[in-house]
Amino acid sequence: MKSAVIVFPGSNCERDIAVALEQVSGHKTFHAWHRDTDLPEVDVIAVPGGFSYGDYLRCGAMAANSPVMRVVKERAAQGVKVIGVCNGFQILTEAGLLPGALIRNQSLKYICKTVDLKVENTDSAFTRHYTPGQHIGIPVGHGEGNYVADEETLKRLEGEGRVAFRYTDAAGVVNAAGNPNGATNNIAGIFNETRTVLGMMPHPERAFDPQHGNTDGRALFTSLLESLS
Amino acid sequence: MSVTHTPDREPKVTAELAAEHGLKPDEYASMLESVGRTPTLTELGIYSVMWSEHCSYKSSRVWLKKLPTTAPWVICGPGENAGVIDIGDGQAAIFKMESHNHPSFIEPYQGAATGVGGILRDVFTMGARPVANLNALRFGEPANPKTRHLVAGVVAGIGGYGNCVGVPTVGGETNFHKAYNGNCLVNAMTVGVAQTDKIFYSKAAGVGKPVVYVGSKTGRDGIHGATMSSAEFTEDSEAKRPTVQVGDPFTEKLLIEACLELMATDAIVAIQDMGAAGLTSSSVEMAGKGGLGIDLDLDAVPQREAGMTPYEIMLSESQERMLMILEPGREEEAKRIFDKWELDFAVIGKLTDNGRMVIRMHGHTWCDVELAPLFDKAPLYNRPTEPTPPQAEIAAADAPLKASARDTLLALMGTPDLASRRWIWEQYDSQVGADTMIGPGGDAALVRVHGTPKALAMTTDCTPRYCYADPVRGGAQAVAEAYRNIITVGALPLAITDNMNFGNPEKPRIMGQFAGCIEGMAEACRVLDFPVVSGNVSLYNETNGEGILPTPAIGGVGLLKDSTLAIGSGVKAEGDVVLLFGETKGHVGQSLYLREVHGREEGAPPPVDLAAERRAGDLVRGLIEARTLTACHDLADGGLAVGLAEMALRGKKGIALTGLEAADAGLLFGEDQGRYLVTVAAGDVAAVTDAAKAAGVPVTTLGTVGGDAITGLGGGALALADLREVHEGWLPGYMAGDA
Repeated sequence: MKSAVIVFPGSNCERDIAVALEQVSGHKTFHAWHRDTDLPEVDVIAVPGGFSYGDYLRCGAMAANSPVMRVVKERAAQGVKVIGVCNGFQILTEAGLLPGALIRNQSLKYICKTVDLKVENTDSAFTRHYTPGQHIGIPVGHGEGNYVADEETLKRLEGEGRVAFRYTDAAGVVNAAGNPNGATNNIAGIFNETRTVLGMMPHPERAFDPQHGNTDGRALFTSLLESLS
Repeated sequence: MSVTHTPDREPKVTAELAAEHGLKPDEYASMLESVGRTPTLTELGIYSVMWSEHCSYKSSRVWLKKLPTTAPWVICGPGENAGVIDIGDGQAAIFKMESHNHPSFIEPYQGAATGVGGILRDVFTMGARPVANLNALRFGEPANPKTRHLVAGVVAGIGGYGNCVGVPTVGGETNFHKAYNGNCLVNAMTVGVAQTDKIFYSKAAGVGKPVVYVGSKTGRDGIHGATMSSAEFTEDSEAKRPTVQVGDPFTEKLLIEACLELMATDAIVAIQDMGAAGLTSSSVEMAGKGGLGIDLDLDAVPQREAGMTPYEIMLSESQERMLMILEPGREEEAKRIFDKWELDFAVIGKLTDNGRMVIRMHGHTWCDVELAPLFDKAPLYNRPTEPTPPQAEIAAADAPLKASARDTLLALMGTPDLASRRWIWEQYDSQVGADTMIGPGGDAALVRVHGTPKALAMTTDCTPRYCYADPVRGGAQAVAEAYRNIITVGALPLAITDNMNFGNPEKPRIMGQFAGCIEGMAEACRVLDFPVVSGNVSLYNETNGEGILPTPAIGGVGLLKDSTLAIGSGVKAEGDVVLLFGETKGHVGQSLYLREVHGREEGAPPPVDLAAERRAGDLVRGLIEARTLTACHDLADGGLAVGLAEMALRGKKGIALTGLEAADAGLLFGEDQGRYLVTVAAGDVAAVTDAAKAAGVPVTTLGTVGGDAITGLGGGALALADLREVHEGWLPGYMAGDA
C-alpha cells in the first residue's frame, strides 16, 4: 500500500497519520505540499487534521481551492482511496468530494476527548476489519465538527449506507447525550457514493498504538492495507 | 499623504517624560550619565524597557543567584531563552515557563493566547520542536463577578493558540482564591526536544554579519507592554488594553516550521525571538552578549501600518517575529525557506565592532548609544525584606470533623480547588502529535520523545496558601510536589523552570516572601538534585495595593528512559492492594479541609522533610522500574481521603478501606508531605512492604481495589457515581452560571 499525505500551511496531524500508514504498510508516506500540481502513484491519499491556512476563512475553504486538491480530485475520480480526518473532512466537503458541511460545535467550544462510536458500515476499504455495529472509542479534537446537510442529502446518505460512524453514549446507544458537537443524526463520518472517499471527525491515528491507551483506530489502517495490497 | 517623520517633530525628553516611561529619578540620572547628553525619544524608549523590572530583573536578580542551576545533565541554565537538559542519545529537552498575567487580566483571550505564543518561541528559537504545553492558572474567588469571564477567556485563548499550532496541551493546574481577584495569573510552559549538536543561542558573533528579521510585520500593538507589566494595576488599567498584543497562531505555526527548516542548515549564527520589548530587547541582547555593536535600518523592517516612528517600531510587541544573525552569503538560501512559508524576511542591519546601538530611518539617526549600559548598568536593587511571622501549628483535635468522613469527602471533592478541571482541559488538544501517553487529569503528563523508547514527564505545581503562611516551607513544598508528581509516572526528575509571581517588591513584606520562597526552593532543589534551568519573574501583581498570594509556580521535567514502564494514577485491577508510603502526622494547618469545612485559612503549612522526600521518591521509582506497582498517586491538596477518591475515580473502580472507620480529620484530610498512594498485586504486598521498610519509608496497608464505591470510611459507603457527579459537576455548573 503506497500512500501520500497532503500538507497545507497550518496542517498539524500529517506526521501522526503518516506514522500509522507507514507502520501498517511498511512503505514511506509521500508528503505533498499544497502548491504541488502532481502526486506520485499512490493507493491512498490522506488529508490530515490541523488548521489549514489558519482556518481563518471557513474551515477547509481555502485548502479546498489549493493546487494540490485538483490532483486529489482527479485521483479520487480514478478510484484512489481518500481519507480526510478532522480538518481533512472539512476540506473534502468544501472540495465537493463529500456532501454536507461541518459547522461550529453546538457548545461553541473546542472539544478534545475520546468519543464513543458505532461502526455503521463495514462494507468499505476503510472499515472492513470492524464488525457491523461495533462499539469503539476514538479521540476527537475540533471546534467545527457539527455535521449538517440538506434533507435530500441526509436521506441519500442514510438510504445508501454511506454513514460510516455515528456518535453514541458510553453504552453504545445513538442519542443526544453521546453527541459531542450536535452533528445531525449523530454523524461522525461519511462515505462518498462509491465508498472510496471517507471523511471523519474522530482521529483514528490517535488510537493506533498501545501506548495511546486505546487501539480502536488501528482496524481502519489494517482494513486499508488488506484492501489495497 | 503621510508626512515623513523627522527628529524635530519628536517631544523633547525631560525628567517628567522619563517618569512617564517608568524610570525613577535616580534611574533617569543614571541614564543621562550613560548617554552623556539629553537622550532622544527613541533612546528613552529603549532605556526604559531595558531597565524595566520585566527585562532587567532589577529587584530579583540578587535573589535568583541563590538558586542551584547546575547538574551533570544541565546543558544550559538560566540566561538564555530557555533551559536545556541532556536526555541521552544526543537529544536535549528545552523548556521554560513564563507569565502573561497583566495582559490576561486586561484582555483574557489575547493575553493568554500570546502568552502561549511567546513561550513557544522561547523554546523553538533554541532549535527545539515544541512537544508539549502546560499552564498554571490562578483566578479570583468564584463569587467575584470577573472570575467567570477571565476563566472563559483565558481557557479559550490558550486553546485557540495551542490547538492551532499543533502542540498538545497536556497538563497544568488551576486555583481559585480571592487574592487573585484583581490579578489573575497565567503562566504558560513549553517543553521541546532538540538534538544536542543543534542547539541555537542568542549570542551574536561576527562583525559585519547580517541581522535578519523574519515572521510577521511590525504594527503598533503592544507598545510598552514590558513597562505595563512592571507596574501595579489601578482602576483605570482597562484603559491599557491597547498595550495587549494580538496573537496569530497560524503565523506561529509557519514560523516554527520555517525556523526548524533553516536550523537544519548551518546558516544561523544566533537567533532570538522578539518577545517583551520586541526588536529592542532582541537586538540589544544578541549584540550585547556577543560584546558587539549593531546598526539597524528601520526602513527595511516589514511594517503593517504606514507612518510608524522609530520609537514605535523599536517598542512594538507585535507577535510572531524573530531576529537572527546569518552567515554572510546565506541570505538567499534562508529567504527561499521563508518565501516557501510565506513569511516576511528582511535584512535590517549588521553587527559592528564599535559596541554601539545605531538606529537609522528616513535618512536620520534616531539612536546612537553605547550598548553595554543597557544591561551592564541596569539598576540592581537589594530591596529590604521583612520575614513573614511564623504561624501557629494547629492540632487536628482543634478542627474535628463536623459531618461523617464520607459526607465531608463528598463535599470537599466538589469545592472549587478540588473539583475536576475537565471543563478546562477538554478545550485543549492534548493529543496532537500522537505521542501523549498521559494527558491532563493525571499527576504528571507523559509525552513520548517521538520515535524513541523514551518519554518526558512534566508537571506544574505550587501551593500559594502555603507560601503565604510560610514562604520558606511553601517554596520547598512547590519543588517537592513537582518532584513527586514526576516520580509517580516512573520518571527521573531532572530539572525545573520557575515562574515567580509576586506583589510589589518595594514592600518589604513582599520582598521577604520572595526571598523566603527562593530559600525554600533552593534547599529543595539541592537535596532533590533538581536544579533550576530557566525561569521568569512577574512582580507588581497588585491591584489598588492588594498583593496576590506569593506564587512561585514550578514547572518540572523528568525522563522515563523506557516508556513501557509508565503507570497511571488510577487504580488498575480488582483485588490490587492499596498502600500508603510516607508518614502521616495529621497536619491540618493551611489544609483545604480547614479552609472549606471550618472556614479557617490559617496555621503553619506542613513541613517538608526533603531527605524523606528523596527516600520515598527513590523507593517508588525503583518499584516502578521493577514493574511492581500498578498505579501511583501523590498526596497533596485534600490529603489521604481526597487522594483515594481521585485514584478510584480515575481508575473507575472502588476501594474497600480497612481500619479507617474511626479516623480523625488529621489522618483523612491532613496535608502531610512526602506521601504516595500506590497499588500492587496482592501477591506483592509483602515484598513491597519489606522494600519500603528497608528504604526507611513508612508503609501502611489501606485496603483493596474493587466494587463501585469507597467503603470503610465513617458514615458508610460512598458510591463512585455520586462522587463523580459532585466532582465533575462544580466547574461546568459554575461556568454556566449556576453557582
